[in-house]
Amino acid sequence: MITKRIIPCLDVRNGRVVKGTNFEGLRDVSSPVDLADYYSRCGADELVFYDITASSDGRKLFTDILRETASRVFIPLTVGGGINTVDDFDRVLKCGADKVSVNSGAIRNPSLVKEAALKYGSQCVVISADVKRVNGEFRVFAKGGREDTGLEAISWICRCVDNGAGEVVLNSIDTDGVKKGFDLEMLKAVSDRVNVPVIASGGAGCIQDFIDLFKTLPRVDAGLAASIFHFGEVKIADLKHEMAKNGIPAREIL
Amino acid sequence: MTAIIDYGVGNLFSLKSSFSAIGEEAVITKDISVLERADRLILPGVGAFRDARKALSESGLEEKVLELVKGGKPMMGICLGMQLLFEKDYEDGEYDGLGLIPGEVRPIREKIGDSLKIPQIGWNALIYKNPSKIFKYIKEGDFVYFVHSYHATGCETYTTAVTEYGANLTASVENGNVFGCQFHPEKSGDVGLNILRAFVEMK
Repeated sequence: MITKRIIPCLDVRNGRVVKGTNFEGLRDVSSPVDLADYYSRCGADELVFYDITASSDGRKLFTDILRETASRVFIPLTVGGGINTVDDFDRVLKCGADKVSVNSGAIRNPSLVKEAALKYGSQCVVISADVKRVNGEFRVFAKGGREDTGLEAISWICRCVDNGAGEVVLNSIDTDGVKKGFDLEMLKAVSDRVNVPVIASGGAGCIQDFIDLFKTLPRVDAGLAASIFHFGEVKIADLKHEMAKNGIPAREIL
Repeated sequence: MTAIIDYGVGNLFSLKSSFSAIGEEAVITKDISVLERADRLILPGVGAFRDARKALSESGLEEKVLELVKGGKPMMGICLGMQLLFEKDYEDGEYDGLGLIPGEVRPIREKIGDSLKIPQIGWNALIYKNPSKIFKYIKEGDFVYFVHSYHATGCETYTTAVTEYGANLTASVENGNVFGCQFHPEKSGDVGLNILRAFVEMK
């Protein structure tokens, strides 16, 4: 049986892993390559590298790190951040990324998902949506959660999937950094509507939050988190073990 | 030395790196003399069958690859590279494969219910069907990473492992010196590296 995936997310700026809460107050954590290698050995099923660099020097540093990681870590690697064109896909795929996650780039350029899916296949294109409740509806936010696009989230995500996105990362801004559990209501609204894998992001604070996620929403395929893994509050091996104990298919590294 | 056949599809960086990680020299190449010199070949592949099939034909490498493999050189097809090994493929039409292993490639959806998502993306367990040399350093139940919407069928005699995703889907095949993995050994952690380790022992 296919297992539910656990995915640590590494926000990378100037060659280091950072993490903040609610997208503000970033805090340096560790070396991305070492951390990726560590997670892989602990049983992470996949890794997300998010490039939050603004400068071109930083971008070069990021692709160097990506290349080094992909030559040492042999689990799937998704890259996001600063993906605005098909050339950006090319740049990170050449450095060893397996999937590319688009967020603001797909909002600015609605044809990006379609073009990339045609060129690299849907399995390569991940739509990452930062979503927040505004006036009783789910809204897509751009620019790292700072800008309300006015787009209704569910229909926007469905449109991206129709255009060829092969996976959806749903990041709830409302629960991000709060550590009181995933946004089950928002996740249900999306996973009921799409027939590609849905990755839950934002809000995990403890092992039980993942158990609740997969028990409540069997159509959610993966759980993503950052700081709880980076700060050792949740050990991936313990998480996998608890999942298995609760009857959730999990890949345990013994 | 292992030659990774470069016929213009897919990203071969991880594949090459995975061989380095097990101490094996791997060369990404479209040079026929390198293919001849190699101890074994890897046939990679991602994307649509039709495009990959066309790229392989137009690369001018197909004839040489078939000649070398029929002459006994071990070859492993990975993901779409495995699907190319069969006789027929039914991805958006009907296409001839390389015919190195009897069987055909059909949509997973034909075999499983509507409730499961296509493609199968993620880690799933190997269920052994027949012994295989590439299982030397792994065990039944080990997890490997899959991304696929099509599966090989009608190849039971050559199927060495399946995986359960609504139905038993072909995970790996072997026919003499020809091997195929539907999953990605280069993305399957230590289990995947151990499969490649067994493969590079073959000459």
